[in-house]
Amino acid sequence: MSANQRLNLREKYQKFTRDLAWEPSYQKKSDIFPQTDFEGIHIHDWDKWEDPFRLTVDAYWKYQAEKEKKLYSIIDAFAQNNGQLNVTDARYINALKLFLTGVSPLEYAAHRGFAMAGRQFGGVGPQVSCQMQSIDELRHVQTQIHTISHYNKYFNGFHDWQHMHDRVWYLSVPKSFFDDAMSAGPFEFVTAISFSFEYVLTNLLFMPFMSGAAFNGDMATVTFGFSAQSDESRHMTLGLEVIKFMLEQDERNVPIVQKWIDKWFWRGYRLLALVSMMMDYMLPKRVMSWKEAWEMYFEQNGGALFEDLARYGIRMPKYWEVTVKEKERLSHEVWSTFYNYDHAAAFHSWVPDEAEMQWLTTKYPHTFDQYYRPRFEHWQSQTDKGERWYNNTLPMLCQTCQIPMVFTEPDDPTTTCYRSSDYKGEKYHFCSDGCKDIFDDEPEKYVQAWLPVHQIYQGNCGGASVPEVLEWYHLRDGEDNKDYLYSQDRANWLKWKGLTEEAERTLKAVVNG
Amino acid sequence: MTIEIKTTSVEPLRHTFDNVARRLGADKPASRYLEAMYDLQPTANFHYRPYWDPDHALYDTGRTRIEMTDWYVFKDPRQFYYGTWTMARAKQQDAAERNFAFVEKRNLADTLESAWREKAARLLVPLRHLEYAANMNNCYVAAYGYGTAITQAAMFVGIDRLGIAQYLSRIGLMLDGGSAESLDAAKQDWMQAPVWQPLRRLAEDLMVTRDWFELLVAQDFVLDGILYPLVYDRFDRVLEQHSGSTISMLTEFMNEWFTETSRWVDMTLKTAAAESDANKAQLEQWMGHWVDRVAEALTPVAVEMLGSDAGAVMDELQTALAQRATKKCGLHVGEPAPAMAS
Repeated sequence: MSANQRLNLREKYQKFTRDLAWEPSYQKKSDIFPQTDFEGIHIHDWDKWEDPFRLTVDAYWKYQAEKEKKLYSIIDAFAQNNGQLNVTDARYINALKLFLTGVSPLEYAAHRGFAMAGRQFGGVGPQVSCQMQSIDELRHVQTQIHTISHYNKYFNGFHDWQHMHDRVWYLSVPKSFFDDAMSAGPFEFVTAISFSFEYVLTNLLFMPFMSGAAFNGDMATVTFGFSAQSDESRHMTLGLEVIKFMLEQDERNVPIVQKWIDKWFWRGYRLLALVSMMMDYMLPKRVMSWKEAWEMYFEQNGGALFEDLARYGIRMPKYWEVTVKEKERLSHEVWSTFYNYDHAAAFHSWVPDEAEMQWLTTKYPHTFDQYYRPRFEHWQSQTDKGERWYNNTLPMLCQTCQIPMVFTEPDDPTTTCYRSSDYKGEKYHFCSDGCKDIFDDEPEKYVQAWLPVHQIYQGNCGGASVPEVLEWYHLRDGEDNKDYLYSQDRANWLKWKGLTEEAERTLKAVVNG
Repeated sequence: MTIEIKTTSVEPLRHTFDNVARRLGADKPASRYLEAMYDLQPTANFHYRPYWDPDHALYDTGRTRIEMTDWYVFKDPRQFYYGTWTMARAKQQDAAERNFAFVEKRNLADTLESAWREKAARLLVPLRHLEYAANMNNCYVAAYGYGTAITQAAMFVGIDRLGIAQYLSRIGLMLDGGSAESLDAAKQDWMQAPVWQPLRRLAEDLMVTRDWFELLVAQDFVLDGILYPLVYDRFDRVLEQHSGSTISMLTEFMNEWFTETSRWVDMTLKTAAAESDANKAQLEQWMGHWVDRVAEALTPVAVEMLGSDAGAVMDELQTALAQRATKKCGLHVGEPAPAMAS
């Protein structure tokens, strides 16, 4: 861009973006941008939007293409060299299964959601930022598919990821999260996704998977992670700008934004419950414990952020204290749930071995030995007797976050937390005060939730028996589900590692189990 | 860590994802385009009706009158997914960058006769606003369209159009010596000069068009199908006659881009038309409607660009578009309306 001597960079970028729009006179602006008012956010001057990054389209093409070339050459090399055999242990692959079925579809949803916001905002500044993010998110879902495509060829559980995302019980947790954000208006969407999710919680969602890949020898996924890192930092910058812009435009926006921050912090935190179990149980080589991550990324970094936002009248999100109380139990409660219901999940679970239990004891000195180790030891003893236990009673789900009601009272880790609300003659159940408040504020929205367990009982999921439901999920019984110990994945892994005899024993167990 | 790999023992369990295998009819290796395109968009079990459109689901086939039994019969002949798209554009921007640098280094903009430099700026630079509308319209298709096959391609086009708007802005800066005066004057014209008003009206009307497939037809087939040959071919020839190929070098990106993108647009319309007579009739009705609007809106601009040839050229371009519709898309639109230019 050396043609120009007189405009500075900022001015030039403004000419190249916001100066492209005009004040319409043949159509009403409110017809061109029909969604800018209904959420109650007041914007007086779209030009006050500070562009969080200044990237012209030609520069974007150039940088991104370079990153793509590097990434694909590594993905190709990985496939050619059977890089999947270099991971620490085949149990690790289960974290990737959770990622492809639970997280990659959210990248796609973000792509579409930011396209909507990029079309609906009334100012070119945010339009362009959102459109850039939209196309980045498409990049992420597509590069994730291409990275994991190779794993799909050698491991079970990946083979029908999008079909599963629309149907399988625990995947309604991430799906409903994004459906919730996208079915709101553009301002709530960016508060939910750009701010609460990307800015406040990315280090607890995206990064644990990528660090997990790095620690566990998964060169393909970690390369994707590095390649996406600069995109992610652009998205985080957008998240902060969005919030500041709304707060600075009109003080009437403050309580609305605070309400959204409260809601989306809690929605995001509940979604992260899946990540907590991944960090503490699914990585053969662990990066850090969920508790340590929550302390570092939320309590310290998040705390500093909200101190900074206090000058706008924004306080810490409601119920953050509960997340601190839960940090020593969250991952254990969730992993136990999947251990219970693994016959209906598209990844394997297992009882942690003694060294892993020792790690959990060290990381969770106040809870693990007291509450969870005895549980695992009991399950292990049943397995040793050849009676690996699965729970055949379907769980009650929280109407808001859609996680089974397995969380415990904030001040009592031995009592399950139940909350409920009555609405139009029906009773609705919640896992927490956070989820109950969200429902009570928008009951007409949350009564619509497609709750997987309700749907099974209503006969909408292929039938009433587990095999019928699994078939409807496209989940292959005996291949995708159940304990890792008796899995084809494990048998194949042992065979590939040259441990043929053990592989044969496992395969027999697969047949018998 | 060393691993002993026995080649026979790492036979793959499957060759692609099941959804792709179902569509290909067999489990066989699939291209990256197909694996990253098929079925990406959720189709079932949506949780909440959108506040902004309670009559429809989050993704809903009912946002257009076009009906398809399968929205993944659409294929992009360019096989663009993010990686191939961005690498193709990076190559083109590299060529464009060299052209801009060449023109700048040799001060070619200064060698243009001032009347023609002024004319080029006056007639090219306002189009950056029209490109912005095209950006918004394609973004609309990407946001509210159905099926990743179409929506991802529309998103690429949307970003392409922002890029073209920025190239046109750079041309303005090159022609005005970097002062941005040409951009300011172009905006003034776009808002007020009679020659641009029918086009601006058209742009605003497109931005409130709610049926996303109609918008795709109107913007990407009809408007672009006449605008691009008019500006980057016919007007370019006039400029070339009077002032050499300087401007052509700066608009080469647009020319190449249009030829390439038309392949996707044609295939999209052809596929929708081939689905049913109802689709075909709907597409033809939209085309007929928007061809008249586009001809009316572009005629004053064509007159400015081409003088007394404008009427004949507009007829030719409409005839060419009708032929393209027939030949490439299997659609029939009427003869061009009598030229409105004097």
